[in-house]
Amino acid sequence: MDDLVERFLAGERRALARVISRVENGTTEGRDYVRALFPHSGKAHIVGITGGAGSGKSTLTGALASEYRRREKTVGIVAVDPSSPFTRGAILGDRIRMQDVALDPGVYMRSMAGRGALGGLAPSIADVVAVMDAFGFDYVLIETIGAGQDEVEIAGTAMTTILVNNPGTGDDIQALKAGIIEIADVLVVNKADHPGADVLVSQLQALLALSPAGQRRPPIVKTTATKGEGLEKLVDAIADHYRFLEESGGLEAHRKSVARHQMLDITRQIVLERIQRATSEDEIARLVAQVAAREMDPHSAAELLAAHALP
Amino acid sequence: MSTATAQIRVLIAKPGLDGHDRGAKVVARALRDGGCEVIYTGIRQTPEMIAEAALQEDVDVVGLSILSGAHLELFPRVVDELKKRGVDDVLLFCGGIIPEEDTKALEGLGFKAIFRPGTNTQDIVKFVYENVKK
Repeated sequence: MDDLVERFLAGERRALARVISRVENGTTEGRDYVRALFPHSGKAHIVGITGGAGSGKSTLTGALASEYRRREKTVGIVAVDPSSPFTRGAILGDRIRMQDVALDPGVYMRSMAGRGALGGLAPSIADVVAVMDAFGFDYVLIETIGAGQDEVEIAGTAMTTILVNNPGTGDDIQALKAGIIEIADVLVVNKADHPGADVLVSQLQALLALSPAGQRRPPIVKTTATKGEGLEKLVDAIADHYRFLEESGGLEAHRKSVARHQMLDITRQIVLERIQRATSEDEIARLVAQVAAREMDPHSAAELLAAHALP
Repeated sequence: MSTATAQIRVLIAKPGLDGHDRGAKVVARALRDGGCEVIYTGIRQTPEMIAEAALQEDVDVVGLSILSGAHLELFPRVVDELKKRGVDDVLLFCGGIIPEEDTKALEGLGFKAIFRPGTNTQDIVKFVYENVKK
């Protein structure tokens, strides 16, 4: 390894940017950086921001960072946008909504492509978050792609998950019923200057009233992120949740659950890599043809492949 | 089958006050379809913002789009701000309404290519893949 770790620990932002690229690329070198920096992580409050496409996640994330800066806290942001599963290319446009903090030396913002879509491998988001944490930010904000399974994935990495809702989109209530509300620690009604905001707040309250007794009910915060309104209340609600985690022992449980998730994830990746190293493309093609022709079932084919790595 | 994926990261930026970003978006889209990860920062960026984005995003390539005629004013400042931050190893290119007589000056600043109206977007993708330092 080069002097990158040293420069990183001295607080050089370019070193942070370089380390993230290497970690993100999942190379052996990248893993060495995680090894070196992981002991320095574990201090930041990690906050996930999730919600439907167009719900204002990016704008809210930028406004949240501004509010933390007013309170003299430092902020690292990871914003994830989708990759094309075909070309692996991506357009990462979240910076557009975060211009107010673009030149703030207390904010570092990184756009990340989903990448995981190809080959089903989980992206290295947990590693990137650990690296940002190790850099010493008070808060690390993770903004999700905005649809599908990664929401639950984010809830696994973030200590506090914010779910962003909008008035006038009746579908949200349907989405909430489907279970996504379970991962929310704070509910935000963003674009609160649009008609219907109060109706949505009552609907959410009614929905939460159905939660089992004794279970923590997430607070509902109205925001208009484009105007910076409601952000003070949101920051307070996030702090309240952190205190709740500390007092209920949830923080310790969270750290263990992240550790477990990440460890098993990496184990899967190691095994997969071993199989790939021990297997030729021809052999895979042969098995694929047999499964496609129904001469073999996919379970038996997978076991044959796995036998390469696990004799 | 490799699980490690190093992708080319490109920053497409529009310095200054012109609000016409059709060209920048077309180029961003072409590079995306070419397999790059393209960070697009939107219009009206200051040279400081562009350099800071290049640093934070650790891009391999910076492409500047300009139609206002202020390229000889703004591009040197972008290059300065990049240097100030130690970002000295990115591939630079630019595009837009840029008169032929300014080519030398821009090359002197380190721009490896200038793409003018009528350029085939595939030529831009090809240029990036052939010249990027990876």
